Amino acid sequence: MNRRPFALYTAMLAGYAFLYIPIFSVIAYSFNASRVSTVWGGFSLRWYGELLANQQLLDAVQRSFLIAAITATAAVALGTASGLALSRFGRFPGRGLLSLMNSAPMVMPDVMIGLSSLLLFVTLQQAFDWPDRGMTTITLAHITLTACYVTVVVRSRMTSMDESLEEAAMDLGARPWRVFFVITLPLIAPALLAGWLLAFTLSLDDLVIASFTSGPGSSTLPMVVYSKVKLGVTPEINALATIIVVAVALGVSLAGIAMHRRDREAD
Amino acid sequence: MRAASASGVWGFWFDVVRNLFGWFRLVGREFRTRRGRFLVTSLPMLWLALFFLVPFLIVLKISFSQAVFGQVPPYTALVEHAADGAVSLRLHASNYAMLLSDPLYVSAYLKSLLFASVSTGFCLLLGYPIAYGIARARPSMRLVLLVLVVLPFWTSSLLRTYALMGILKANGLLGQVLSAIALVEPGWGILYSDAAVYVGIVYNYLPFMILPLTATLMRLDFTLLEAAEDLGAKPWHAFMRITLPLSMPGIIAGALLVFIPAVGEFVIPDILGGPDALTIGRVLWIEFFTNRDWPLAAAVTIAMLVLIVAPTLLFEYVENRRADQEAANT
Repeated sequence: MNRRPFALYTAMLAGYAFLYIPIFSVIAYSFNASRVSTVWGGFSLRWYGELLANQQLLDAVQRSFLIAAITATAAVALGTASGLALSRFGRFPGRGLLSLMNSAPMVMPDVMIGLSSLLLFVTLQQAFDWPDRGMTTITLAHITLTACYVTVVVRSRMTSMDESLEEAAMDLGARPWRVFFVITLPLIAPALLAGWLLAFTLSLDDLVIASFTSGPGSSTLPMVVYSKVKLGVTPEINALATIIVVAVALGVSLAGIAMHRRDREAD
Repeated sequence: MRAASASGVWGFWFDVVRNLFGWFRLVGREFRTRRGRFLVTSLPMLWLALFFLVPFLIVLKISFSQAVFGQVPPYTALVEHAADGAVSLRLHASNYAMLLSDPLYVSAYLKSLLFASVSTGFCLLLGYPIAYGIARARPSMRLVLLVLVVLPFWTSSLLRTYALMGILKANGLLGQVLSAIALVEPGWGILYSDAAVYVGIVYNYLPFMILPLTATLMRLDFTLLEAAEDLGAKPWHAFMRITLPLSMPGIIAGALLVFIPAVGEFVIPDILGGPDALTIGRVLWIEFFTNRDWPLAAAVTIAMLVLIVAPTLLFEYVENRRADQEAANT
């Protein structure tokens, strides 16, 4: 089929324009000297300066990154255990429950997870005096949600993977524990990395669950951004969005180039 | 003296390391038995039970209590211990009665369904051509196009929603462009309206529609289309009779991925919508943060569980069963 319909190209172009025009407009406005974004007041780096001078925002960035890193690491551990159990152990008592508990959080609105986690933490605190609402509670709630996403990634990798390597190792007398670390883990490493990045991004991006479970003085980056955005368009947020978009684009391109190069070497 | 204390320190660490190895050996031995598997399954099981199942039991409990303002936590205890040692259980169904009697809650639920279903339709209309184009593109081009679709997903959705504000607001980019070609009056904008919410949901969830659609279309055997063409079918006819039915699994998967999170969406209607863009997620947020009525917010959560999450899980279960059976039959 050589005829490339003109209508298809137009529709694709419109779709990509829809995806990218808002992003490029934010980047352009971040260099606008004028506070009123509808007027172009000349090129300026003023908002980047104000962003870097905003201690509240910088504290929130640091907090969010710490929460996201701990969350992603714990979520990969939990998600790998769930994924391993669901894809390799066959039938075992509680399999249906584990599968349900792994898929339910993903179809559940954030507000529900936020409220229910908060009520758990309040109840725990009444009974055991632990945990204090703050970074701990945000991290615990984030781990619970993101582990389910890691499970999906790991599970799909495991089911598509050839089981014969593991079986061969087992036939040659390797213990299950050793098989996991020497054979399975290296094979699912890309899935673990993808799961870690996914969990990290989800945690870094979450406003709703963090708002419910945070305590005084533990506002995360999305919470600070939200409180500013509710007041209207703020130029510093344009600068922040630009930094994040550029960082993500760089990361994704580098990863893409690395993968491309590896594929070429493999060929 | 110093040597003795040093040997004491070393002795201590030696014991630690030896015990650690002993522990590893023990764990290793566990893993050789069926109990090893039990350990691997019980860890996520216990975690999810504690942090996911138990919370909903607590929510259910609190939804039957009544709000008391000015104390922590702001609700009544269900079980009361009287001075004479008698224990009384007091369940208040008033929160659920409120959900049914006040039209605010029913209309918020219907509005959420409306936002989600119309946005899903627009995502399909906008996403299908993109997915089709990606599936038919050359492999090297395909990768670039896919990355361009996924890239926005890795940036914050809050910031992307914020980016739309600058476009949709009065005298924003869209208003300026449209007034320059004299389609609208200067000062026009649709921020803080239902239309802005639709744009926001479609903008945020479009990648979730495109990805499963692309995956399905890439598996599609395009020689079928050539065969249809050779047999004299018009392109449109061939599309309706072959491509569309064969891409149905992708359409269903994409529609679910958009519809489900869109129903409970809070951020987009809250930032882009007006005060009347009240979705069920926003109502829950307001009951909790503004009105500080925790029991009513808990009742809303239970209602969402029954009306949104349970049907979704049931649908997914039935779909998976059907897919498994189809796979078994072929």
